[in-house]
Amino acid sequence: MASTTSAPPPGTESDWGATGGGGGGLQHGRPAPVSTFPAAVRPSQTGIGVALAAISMMFAALTSAMVVRQGAARDWGHFELPGILYFNTLILLLSSFSLELARRRFAQDPGLGREESHGNAGQSAQVLYWLYATMGLGLLFVFGQLVAWRELAAQGLFLATTPSTSFFYVLTAVHGLHLLGGITGLAYALHRMSRSTGSRPNTALGVAVVYWHFMDGLWVYLLLLMITRMNVT
Amino acid sequence: MDSSSQAVVRHHAPPQGFIRKYLFSVDHKVIGKQYYGLALLAACIGMVLSWLMRIHLGWATAHIPLLEKLSPAGAPGNVVTPEYYLSLMTMHATLMVFFVLTTAPFAGFGNYFLPIQVGAEDMAFPRINMMSFWVTFAAFVVLILSFFIGDGPALAGWTSYAPLSSVGAVAGPGQGTGQTLWALSIAIFCVGQLLGSLNFITTTLDLRTRGMSLARMPLSTWAWFVTSVIGLLAFAVLLPACGLLVLDRVAGTSFFNPAGLVVNDQALPHSGGSPLLWQHLFWFFGHPEVYIAILPGFGIISTILPVFARKRLLGSRAVIGCMVAIGFLSYMVWGHHMFVSGMNPFSALLFSVPTLIITIPATIVVLLWLGTLYGARMRLSTPALFCVGFISVFITGGLSGFFLAQPSLDTYLHATYFVVAHFHFVMAVAAMFGIFAGTYFWFPKMFGRMMNETLGKWHFWLTFVGVYAIFMPMHYLGLAGNVRRYAAFTDNYLAPLIPVHKFITIAALFTGAAQLLFLCNVIWSRFRGPKATDNPWEATTLEWSTSSPPPFDNFGGRHLVVHHGPEEYGVESSSGDYVMQVSPEKVAAS
Repeated sequence: MASTTSAPPPGTESDWGATGGGGGGLQHGRPAPVSTFPAAVRPSQTGIGVALAAISMMFAALTSAMVVRQGAARDWGHFELPGILYFNTLILLLSSFSLELARRRFAQDPGLGREESHGNAGQSAQVLYWLYATMGLGLLFVFGQLVAWRELAAQGLFLATTPSTSFFYVLTAVHGLHLLGGITGLAYALHRMSRSTGSRPNTALGVAVVYWHFMDGLWVYLLLLMITRMNVT
Repeated sequence: MDSSSQAVVRHHAPPQGFIRKYLFSVDHKVIGKQYYGLALLAACIGMVLSWLMRIHLGWATAHIPLLEKLSPAGAPGNVVTPEYYLSLMTMHATLMVFFVLTTAPFAGFGNYFLPIQVGAEDMAFPRINMMSFWVTFAAFVVLILSFFIGDGPALAGWTSYAPLSSVGAVAGPGQGTGQTLWALSIAIFCVGQLLGSLNFITTTLDLRTRGMSLARMPLSTWAWFVTSVIGLLAFAVLLPACGLLVLDRVAGTSFFNPAGLVVNDQALPHSGGSPLLWQHLFWFFGHPEVYIAILPGFGIISTILPVFARKRLLGSRAVIGCMVAIGFLSYMVWGHHMFVSGMNPFSALLFSVPTLIITIPATIVVLLWLGTLYGARMRLSTPALFCVGFISVFITGGLSGFFLAQPSLDTYLHATYFVVAHFHFVMAVAAMFGIFAGTYFWFPKMFGRMMNETLGKWHFWLTFVGVYAIFMPMHYLGLAGNVRRYAAFTDNYLAPLIPVHKFITIAALFTGAAQLLFLCNVIWSRFRGPKATDNPWEATTLEWSTSSPPPFDNFGGRHLVVHHGPEEYGVESSSGDYVMQVSPEKVAAS
């Protein structure tokens, strides 16, 4: 029975961690970005794409339900969106930024924190630092969303008060739950980082990064949706 | 991406111990069997529920022994109350559509055979796969719980229309805890299916072995792939819909509850909601769902038919294209379930046209099957019989669809037994025949033993005659105006139809009894059937290139290389009249 070994084609673009700097060779004294193993990484890339398609569809359904409900009766009820939402948005955008910093540093040295590490200990410490920062900002975001809920409750706006508040609570809750899932994913990626051996892209991190940025973008979309449809003008 | 790149080799060691081997297993084969077993259990329960319904319809005052023990409120004095009839109907449909027709052909056979048919060692995400089964099982438990706790199981139909389903316990028995449990169960089920679809899609795209291009995939794999894409997008819509339904029921929101509802003399505080919104959300899921139920059957028939016709499938690329087209179009037709909801007739046209268009790829597939059969010297083993039976019942069910697709006719036929006949033929019968065909075909591979042919043939013929006896008269009933979802027929225009119902009930009981042949065959053959060889049917696809049953990692560590598509039947070769996909032998151009 014929079989072949899988020699990964060099320099393909389908890797998680390596960025910039072009193909092989030393640059600035640092080793080249990690060589890619597209066969190993590919399923997780496809998987996260599939998962995000499903999540998008779910929020599309909620958006559609919201639009229909708004038109179904004249009881929509505009209200003033809590100001902390904008602050939370900034927090989430910062968290995407900090995650990108973590990812790029990891790409330069995936043998993080272990004997295979080429770079200095400071490099690997930075990755951890930015990852923890991201998780912290994420938790701060969720906390801020809860504060927003409290603000609304203080004004007497609860889940069943008006259809607009119903959708506000539903959309923020569903997004928040997914974001908590993202934080769990980052924690898992950290866990894998400390356990995996060899100089390989960390697929768990790659998946978590795509997911996180998507949640960020999704939040911006939801905020715009809420501003245009729920906010008093 | 290079379509012939090497599959990822993951070396997970074989599991040890009963729990890891049979219970919480990451092996797709075990998970497939678990799904199949769940579907079998749900089918048995669903069938018993249908007998209770049918007995009541034929003999409305019949005393059914022990029923009061199961439900003191629903069947006092062992007679089914109207509310309990609706509960039986709801649970029958929910179990059958979700836990049988979505589970067995797709999650059951798909989980077992998709990785093998593409030459992979396992699914892309084995632990998520295991989770998907146990989540589905949890959904089943929650649903069954509704029989035993609270005031009875849900009774709003498997379609769970608002506002009956969204007002809560005030609507009466079955609308309290039962309906909430229904919505929670279905929401949990959605999660399980989404996880499953994730695995199917990723495995098909990324874990194909060397030489297994998309074009060379067996049609069953194509069907599972298209089904998983449909399912991914459809279940993602049902999940939030069920969430909103639960909120309406328990949190006082008004997504679906309109103003001015007075239920059981109680004015409800909701206002502004739209029951039609539920219908749109549900059917946007619901129509793709029925294609999820039938497409794996298309794939199974397309894979099995050539094996027993000993001829290549006519137009296999066209069949693939048609399955993809059906998947795509399935998202455009949901409004044909809502023709009588008061929609603008122009909207009805917008749904009617794609509904009629979707019959085109379905018809092409049927004609290609018939073309495959034409001139073939069939080996009429049981799987082949169920394939031919599938074609027959699918044509029958499909023909009634043409009528229902037209709003002018549907205005009369909606919610009559004509619809019941239609969907039972295409789903209950055709999809079940697909499951049966797959079982008889793949049983030797899954369990290493052959099923009994005599029992199988009896099972087929009794079932085939039986389902026609059950469901053909329903077309007549529907045309005569027999409304569906009625617990009893007491008025002047329906009462004369009761003799037809009696006939149907007797046919249903006999056909149900005939399924015992299948059950006995499965159980007996599992332990005592004659041992099966690697390739008892002389088929070409990859599962027949390994032992029966396959080893833990499917191919014993071999990395298969595929040289052909699956269609090489009726060709001259060293092994007879077929060339297996992994055989390096060149096929003489015919």
